Amino acid sequence: MRSFKMIEIEGIHKFFGNKKVLDGLSLKVEKGTTCVIIGRSGCGKSVLLKHIDGILRPDEGRVKVDGRDVSELKGKDMDALRLKISMVFQGGALFDSMTVGENVGFGLIEHTEISQKDLLRSVEESLSLVDLHGIAHLMPSELSGGMKKRVALARAICIRPEIILYDEPTTGVDPITSDSINKLIRSLHDKLKVTSIVVTHDMKSAYCVADKIAMLYKGKIIAEGLPDEIQNSQHPIVHQFVNGLAKGPITESIT
Amino acid sequence: MRQTLFTLGRKIISFLYFAGGLANLAGQTIYYSFVPPFKKDRFLEQAKKAGYDSFPIVSLISLFIGFIFALQTAYFMQRIGSEIYIASMVALSLVRELGPVITALIVAGRVGASITAELGSMQVTEQIDALESLACNPIKYLVVPRFLALSIMLPLLTIYADMIGIFGSYLICVLKIGISSSMYMRVTFDSLLYKDVFTGLLKTIFFGMIIAFVSCYEAFNVQGGAEGVGRATTRSVVSSFVLIIIADCFFTALFYFIFP
Repeated sequence: MRSFKMIEIEGIHKFFGNKKVLDGLSLKVEKGTTCVIIGRSGCGKSVLLKHIDGILRPDEGRVKVDGRDVSELKGKDMDALRLKISMVFQGGALFDSMTVGENVGFGLIEHTEISQKDLLRSVEESLSLVDLHGIAHLMPSELSGGMKKRVALARAICIRPEIILYDEPTTGVDPITSDSINKLIRSLHDKLKVTSIVVTHDMKSAYCVADKIAMLYKGKIIAEGLPDEIQNSQHPIVHQFVNGLAKGPITESIT
Repeated sequence: MRQTLFTLGRKIISFLYFAGGLANLAGQTIYYSFVPPFKKDRFLEQAKKAGYDSFPIVSLISLFIGFIFALQTAYFMQRIGSEIYIASMVALSLVRELGPVITALIVAGRVGASITAELGSMQVTEQIDALESLACNPIKYLVVPRFLALSIMLPLLTIYADMIGIFGSYLICVLKIGISSSMYMRVTFDSLLYKDVFTGLLKTIFFGMIIAFVSCYEAFNVQGGAEGVGRATTRSVVSSFVLIIIADCFFTALFYFIFP
């Protein structure tokens, strides 16, 4: 089972107007592993995640999850796939008209006939996993940015997904929270055998959680390898990025 | 010249995009209205926001429209000595035209704007994507309850607005112009036919749909942050106003020729 490909992306292209965001990107992620995608802000990392969840459809190419082509799924099949995949959005994307508890339990409330008691237990359990028990009655507007992010993580875990997509989980949180999020991603990987894709530009977090790191640049994966290989890569672009150097082949440009 | 043609072309294309997008949203919304599960809580919440919460402003404006209309009609009717026809004039214009349109415009400004602002903010903060990622169709979850609430509540609000407007005019005629109360009531009910009430209410169902579709469409197409939400809200109110007036003109002509 080790080599089973959970997520297979084959040559996807995506345009927004005249702007090419993804340019023939291919990537394979094995079941139960964590793949970190690094790249500069605005290079299309979030767009890539939305393709895996079927929120965006590629203009060309295919995205296969668990052996099924995402762009061919409709209705119930699509819903079933989406319940296997959880996405943690960059800003949390909590529903601000609902309490924290309703947010975390949203997937269960909408898609299962769960009893109130089981729901509350499930919500508390997910919140404790992110060290936030006892805040289910608060509204998202009462939380700090870091707490929102952790609640979003709890919401993602609550539906017991097989795949979790993290969109910059450690951006904008303090170093301590950041470390606890990294530990949580690791433990979900170790305990629940969740397949994960983490999009980030926080290299510390990348080294901490990754089984494999891939670098996205100008709509393509330009390098892929074990964390060590990427850290010591001689590829000039990768070298500049992972070491955070201002000088190098990557320049400020809007294509 | 070339420049003008380019601008004109771009305007036409963007209008076609708008019309296509709106039709697409309308089609999907109507489809999902009939697909279970049906959650009445969301509908009731929206019905309260669109209908019940609009009562004060609709009352105030209809009452004043009634006052104004009675006085303006009185100006001419007194010259030809037919004050008693103020009652039929006001009843017909309110029930056939002013009640439906003014109520629709109030609701477009009050409810349509708030829908665009709310859903537009959800769009820019990725909450709509989050709904989708939790296997909840945003059209089923967000648009359908608003669509049903608006197309049911707008006719009800209109009936209410008609009554308040007639009451306003009654106050002016009975207290200021000296028409007797019973006379006013009789002339009002004599002049109104079923078809007047029916055609007036039928078009408000469509006005409600226009408000729901335009406000949700603009919200889903917000680009950029807070500024984008502001722009979309303005566009939503302006487009709703224009489409309501165009639809009104269409229905008035249609009814005029069908039920002469």
